Amino acid sequence: MLVAAWLAVVGVFAGVCTLLARPGLIPSPNASPWRTILDRITRDRLALVGLAFLVTLYFAAAIAPWIAPYEYRVQLDIVELKHQAPTLAHPFGTDQYSRDVLSRVLHGARVSLSVALLSVLLAISIGTAYGGIAGFAGGRLDGIMMRLIDALLALPRILILIAVLALWGGVSLPALVILLGLTGWFGVSRLVRAQVLATRGQDFVVAARALGASPLRLFLRHVLPQAMSPVIVAATLGVGNVIMLEAGLSYLGIGVPQPRPSWGNIIQDGAEYISTQWWVTLFPGLAIVLTVMAFNVVGDALRDAMDPRQVDGR
Amino acid sequence: MTEPLLSIRDLRTWFHTDAGLARAVDGVSFDVGARETVGVVGESGCGKSVTALSILRLIQPPGRIEQGSRILFEERDLLALDERAIRRIRGNRIAMVFQEPMTALNPVFTVGDQIGEVARVHARMSRRESRQRAIEMLNLVGIPAPAQRADEYPHQLSGGMRQRVVIAMALVMSPALVIADEPTTALDVTIQAQILELLGGLQERLGTSILLITHDLGVVAEAASRVLVMYAGQIAEEAPVRELFANPRHPYTEGLLHAMPRLAQARDRLAVIPGTVPAPTDWPSGCRFRDRCPYAWERCEREQPPLYRIGAAHTSRCHLADEPERRAHKHPPLVVQQGADA
Repeated sequence: MLVAAWLAVVGVFAGVCTLLARPGLIPSPNASPWRTILDRITRDRLALVGLAFLVTLYFAAAIAPWIAPYEYRVQLDIVELKHQAPTLAHPFGTDQYSRDVLSRVLHGARVSLSVALLSVLLAISIGTAYGGIAGFAGGRLDGIMMRLIDALLALPRILILIAVLALWGGVSLPALVILLGLTGWFGVSRLVRAQVLATRGQDFVVAARALGASPLRLFLRHVLPQAMSPVIVAATLGVGNVIMLEAGLSYLGIGVPQPRPSWGNIIQDGAEYISTQWWVTLFPGLAIVLTVMAFNVVGDALRDAMDPRQVDGR
Repeated sequence: MTEPLLSIRDLRTWFHTDAGLARAVDGVSFDVGARETVGVVGESGCGKSVTALSILRLIQPPGRIEQGSRILFEERDLLALDERAIRRIRGNRIAMVFQEPMTALNPVFTVGDQIGEVARVHARMSRRESRQRAIEMLNLVGIPAPAQRADEYPHQLSGGMRQRVVIAMALVMSPALVIADEPTTALDVTIQAQILELLGGLQERLGTSILLITHDLGVVAEAASRVLVMYAGQIAEEAPVRELFANPRHPYTEGLLHAMPRLAQARDRLAVIPGTVPAPTDWPSGCRFRDRCPYAWERCEREQPPLYRIGAAHTSRCHLADEPERRAHKHPPLVVQQGADA
């Protein structure tokens, strides 16, 4: 069972790699804009590896209960099995409570990845709506809305979070997601507003208006989709950012509540023993570094691929 | 002629900018009859496009259509309609064809989707019905394999094809009036001819009127039955197309005609009208063309010429109509004299 599940993970990685390396395998009858972007990304080897890594990681996180060799919170044998260096039975070793670090890192991936993904989703939704409305409305409303953003951007995000979380004390996971989302949309709203302002005056928007489209239709169908590429890029880079932020907060003990593992609080568990029991901090740390790197590499590649000025042989 | 389809009276579209009041369109009146093609010509910046956008009330702040302007269409004053009512006119009764087929189409939707959108908006068609309609329209504008083309994106089509798509979008609801703003300017000469032919053919078949805006007198000669020459936000001359070419009365029209390349007359260099259109924030007093005019005299500075009636359908905004003997006194225009001094 365990072996089969791990084979599935490897299979996903291999499958994604081949699909991406040969884009012809993904059926798409037409050179849609998305297809063009995909074609461009697949020419970037590094981004390919990053993308395959992320897909596999998300898959592994999703099926963590089936591929984790042990329960993440079970103290296996507090006398015999604590502080175990990596062995075949415990590839990432065990921590001071004799819990299996590999299992904790896998379950931690679930928490860290979903917290990051959901909060970024929340952030870009709010940011897109806010920036879109400001840019499309223009005039005085735009001025007021953007001054508010200027003020909010002047507050360091990490300080707001530490202040709120410290005052609140021990927040639940959904509350953490909401807090991270609520503090992450300011930059996105600026991006969207700029894009909407640029798109609003374009010929095809005027043309759609001349053909009788209502303001709502203009906004949702003709203006907003044009703002999606910078938002997608910002979101991709933002996920990496939030993973680090969440790790930092959890490390400070005000992020994801124990005993639920996140990459940040696994590192916190091991921090005390870092000079002798390096494995407890190294593996979650590696997970963070690799994941954030993958998100950044993919984000950069997306930025290039979605750049409308980039012309290729089409 | 019975009641004209479109009747514009004293249209003034002014832009209240920081640089001052720009009177881009300044007292324009004309009619477009049913099934008629009217050409509007003039240099860039003379107010042609603003006139076109004003008809559909597409002027954005700081631009404004001033009080007292009237645009009657099918016996309704478009300027008095509320926002919903004018939206029901746009794309439905009056449609517009834009200059740049590259940019007038949304890059992220298929052309079939975009043509169908007009039918979905105005006829409340379902996606399936509107797709069918889009394919019919593509067929109508002469695009081969319309069912396949409908699923393609604008960037997959050539410039001429895209302009056909834009025309198809304009004709979905069989509008009574099509405003074509430089529909052929961005195209190759051979494609230009095809597009003009297409427009002419469709007009005959569908019985629409066309307001054809262009800076190219050749296009007007080919397609229009009546011509308005615009200069500095006003109509300089209006005449049936043959009359205008054979017997231009306004020096600006003369200049435009001389500036046309002709095969029969081998000339080393193309004649040009010296100078440029003045800025709309400060139109000259008196006649707005006087600095560039080879006939201008004191009266042109003192007194703004009215539209003099020359024939049944021919008017000209030039004092020469009043004092034809002045034609004998041709001289280099003021801009040239000043240029020589400098």
